Amino acid sequence: MAKTAVQEFTKGLWAEIPPFRLVLGLCPTLAVTKSVENGIGMGVATTFVLVCSNILISLLRNTIPKKVRIACYIVVIATFVTVVELVMQAFAYPLFLKLGIFIPLIVVNCIVLGRAEAFASKNGVLASLADGLGIGVGFTLSLTALAIVREVLGNGTFYNIPLFGPSFEPFSFMVQAPGAFVCLGLMLCMMNILGKK
Amino acid sequence: MREMLKLFMAVFVFSCLSGGVLAAIQNVTRDRIEYQQLKFVKGPTIKQIMEGCTNDPLIDRLKLVDEGRDLHFFLGKFESKPDAVAFETFGKGFGGVMGVIVGIDIKTDKIIGVGVTTHSETPGVGSRAKTDPKFTAQFEGVSIKEPFKVKADGGQIDALTGATISSRGVCGAVVEAAEIYQKLKPTLIEMMRHKKG
Repeated sequence: MAKTAVQEFTKGLWAEIPPFRLVLGLCPTLAVTKSVENGIGMGVATTFVLVCSNILISLLRNTIPKKVRIACYIVVIATFVTVVELVMQAFAYPLFLKLGIFIPLIVVNCIVLGRAEAFASKNGVLASLADGLGIGVGFTLSLTALAIVREVLGNGTFYNIPLFGPSFEPFSFMVQAPGAFVCLGLMLCMMNILGKK
Repeated sequence: MREMLKLFMAVFVFSCLSGGVLAAIQNVTRDRIEYQQLKFVKGPTIKQIMEGCTNDPLIDRLKLVDEGRDLHFFLGKFESKPDAVAFETFGKGFGGVMGVIVGIDIKTDKIIGVGVTTHSETPGVGSRAKTDPKFTAQFEGVSIKEPFKVKADGGQIDALTGATISSRGVCGAVVEAAEIYQKLKPTLIEMMRHKKG
């Protein structure tokens, strides 16, 4: 292990930030970023699943037989997703209603399975924890950034607080599905320009 | 063959552990989830019906099983007025099943309020059964022994313009509520006395 845990963490924030650099996990990225609240909620839920599944899979990486590893990973991930779903229902029911089907769909989020297969199954617990946390925080930041642009332009609010006076005419295209694609495309473009040296 | 068995056992053990963990968590969160669902789906309607009560009807509730159906009775306590009970029944509307909460005064057997919770009626037409207070106000103060029917069917309720079927659905639910109430009233009073003591 050449890299330290700190490096594993920070790579998720920029070099491998999921939706922008890896271009993974686009389904929730496009679907739930209508408002900042939804974006953060989705990001935190995914981060929890990522960190927990990374830790557990890293711990069990020598126990799980290679031939059935994907099935085992899916069982682990699905378990944590169901935990998130139950806890969210119990403590944040309105958010659960808004995110709806996208919470159970974290199971098939390729970021989670991707990190389990590509990282946690080959690295130690601490590095896997840092990796999961970094990727998760990066995912949350990406969703939040996208959600800020869409909510401010499309609804004239930030975290449900109105920003502009009543004369503001919301650019409602931004909170509809095509707006998500356009916004994500422009942000990808910006990330590529910034990343190019 | 032995290897097959090993792989099978690995997935089997994983699934069992996962099932066990989820069952435990579901056990812990079940009551809270039930409360949250009641609070956000039925809560607003119940608050409206039980306006001015001195307790939280969502906490003071009784569960009865009638003909295989779970019924939740919400109890409202009033300082000067006698106690009231509210519960949900279902009527057949234009777009599907309509959930209707009916509040009944236990001493006088009169309806204190009616409110629609879930429905799939036409927006702006049948949906007024939920949003138009003038419609539901017709039920207030009427004895449950009355036959609740819309005027077109020879009854006393003014149907919503253009939404006779939705109005009939609400009446049907109220009639059902009256029947359930009359049937279960002795049990309910018995249970309430038990709860106080």
